[in-house]
Amino acid sequence: MAQISLRNRRPINPLVKRNLINGLLFISPWLIGLLIFTIYPVLASFYYSFTQYDIVSPPRWIGLDNYIEAFTADPLFYRAVGNTLWYAVIALPLNMFVAVGVSLLLNMQVRGLPIYRTLFFLPSIVPEIASALLWGWMLNPQFGLVNQLLKGIGLPSLGWLSDPTWSKPALIVIGLWGFGGSMVIYLAALQDISEQLYEAAEIDGAGSWAKTRYITLPMLTPTIFFNLVLGLIGTFQYFTTAFVLTAGGPAGSTTFYALLIYNNAFRYFKMGYASALAWLLFAFVLTLTLVIFKTSGRWVYYEGEKSDGN
Amino acid sequence: MATKTASSAQQLAASQSLSAIKRTRAIQRMVAYAALTLLAIVFSIPFAWLLTTSLKPPAQLFRLPLEWIPHPFTWKNYPQALTMIPFFVYLKNTVYIALFNVVASVISCSLVAYGFARIRWPGRDTLFVVLIATLMIPYPVTLIPTFLIFRDLGWINTPHPLTWPAFTGNAFFIFLMRQFYMTIPQELSSAAKIDGASEFQIYRLIILPLARPALAVVALFTFLANWNDFLGPLVYLSDRDQYTLAIGMYGFLSRSGTAFGPLMAAATMMVLPIVVLFFLAQRTFIQGITLTGIKG
Repeated sequence: MAQISLRNRRPINPLVKRNLINGLLFISPWLIGLLIFTIYPVLASFYYSFTQYDIVSPPRWIGLDNYIEAFTADPLFYRAVGNTLWYAVIALPLNMFVAVGVSLLLNMQVRGLPIYRTLFFLPSIVPEIASALLWGWMLNPQFGLVNQLLKGIGLPSLGWLSDPTWSKPALIVIGLWGFGGSMVIYLAALQDISEQLYEAAEIDGAGSWAKTRYITLPMLTPTIFFNLVLGLIGTFQYFTTAFVLTAGGPAGSTTFYALLIYNNAFRYFKMGYASALAWLLFAFVLTLTLVIFKTSGRWVYYEGEKSDGN
Repeated sequence: MATKTASSAQQLAASQSLSAIKRTRAIQRMVAYAALTLLAIVFSIPFAWLLTTSLKPPAQLFRLPLEWIPHPFTWKNYPQALTMIPFFVYLKNTVYIALFNVVASVISCSLVAYGFARIRWPGRDTLFVVLIATLMIPYPVTLIPTFLIFRDLGWINTPHPLTWPAFTGNAFFIFLMRQFYMTIPQELSSAAKIDGASEFQIYRLIILPLARPALAVVALFTFLANWNDFLGPLVYLSDRDQYTLAIGMYGFLSRSGTAFGPLMAAATMMVLPIVVLFFLAQRTFIQGITLTGIKG
């Protein structure tokens, strides 16, 4: 009753108005940033994508030519799409698998947990440039430690970053070194799972595999989802290591999408073409995000939501 | 009598199965220890190799089979790295950018998050979804027009494009701060409101002091992100006296040829502060990670 009469009184009541003004004032730094650094750039790059623009002379309208060039005249475009998808389909799941696996091991009430956690986590905060330099040296075909270790266990030496077949696996190895960043997130989530759930399952006679399969993993799905989304975005931004170590080579085997955009924009000064590439990425990410969020309801378990019928 | 025997038999069976469970658990744990230890060793090798390479004389780097122990042990790579690149200029530039970002994003993120977490206003939840959505946009999408904005401002080859934007906040840290603010009881704000406090006073005098752990997380992660940032300086800085450590090291790579000793010494000097920072602020790191997990 009270609510109805409140609603009928005036279109805007002063408290709501004051809260609205206060709220907007508090978030205004971000709103300004949103306009300048997100909305404007997305729209502007849409416009630039229909132009030829070398930075020096003003942009010249060329219609769909940039998009046509990407799909018909730029072999590196397909290489970059392929490489990036390859990374998303192979490196990302591998990374997640290792991170979940190790966090499960660490969650077995092992002694010395802080030490293990530190050793696994540290590589993930090493500056990318430093880890790239270090791994470039370790993967050196002639004098690198990795090949020497391989030889030590009777395996052949590999060309790694200088071999088109092995350049991407080399980057996987480097990326895997940093798995600790997501591992600690899994570990935090694991330690959050209520002990009661396990106790109840034990009473029902569940062994450790059953507990992992039917309690731990379902309870972990929101975190897996979170890391999957972060990982996908990371894949589309994957740049530094490839730029530093291979500059996209050999034979385009490590030209990732972000690198392709960077090269076109800042190496060849084809700002229009690079904007078209950027917009294709934007459209793709938008679609992918929608698909992921639409389908996530089927496998991501949120505690306390099921009973609401949502 | 009969019931008593039955129950003690049950107890016996139960304790037997319990000891069986304990045994399998002990085995499982041993396997876990073995796997973890092996993995921990493998993951530490690069750090060890970094350090030992930086302490080896040049000739030893290219002598096969490779040796772990520097012989003769030498510090020379470090002073050499410092003279091959203007290390301290890069360091100063990096620290300036990183600290500027720390201060600016602590201010902006804590303010913006307050607007999202502690005030109820129409449209808030929609804008929060927008905030989360911006996290999904990879930076290559916005890079070019953003570069052009800074070019038109005459900010290329200055640190400004890498510093001032921090005042507009960072979506991820705003999200993090909001999650933290949500855990502070609403009653604290209501009580202050009854006493006539304005929203800004509540933010400044009640919420901020309570949010110190979250502010520390934002400060730490911001520092780290800027210390490590490569692409930003690469795009915006072109003069060597403006370089940060990250791109300074990249320039070093192309000029040093095979001087891996000094290169690894420089890399060690860039990694070491991060490692030290981690050990000093371990608790803040863990807190930050836990914060990302709070449901909201």
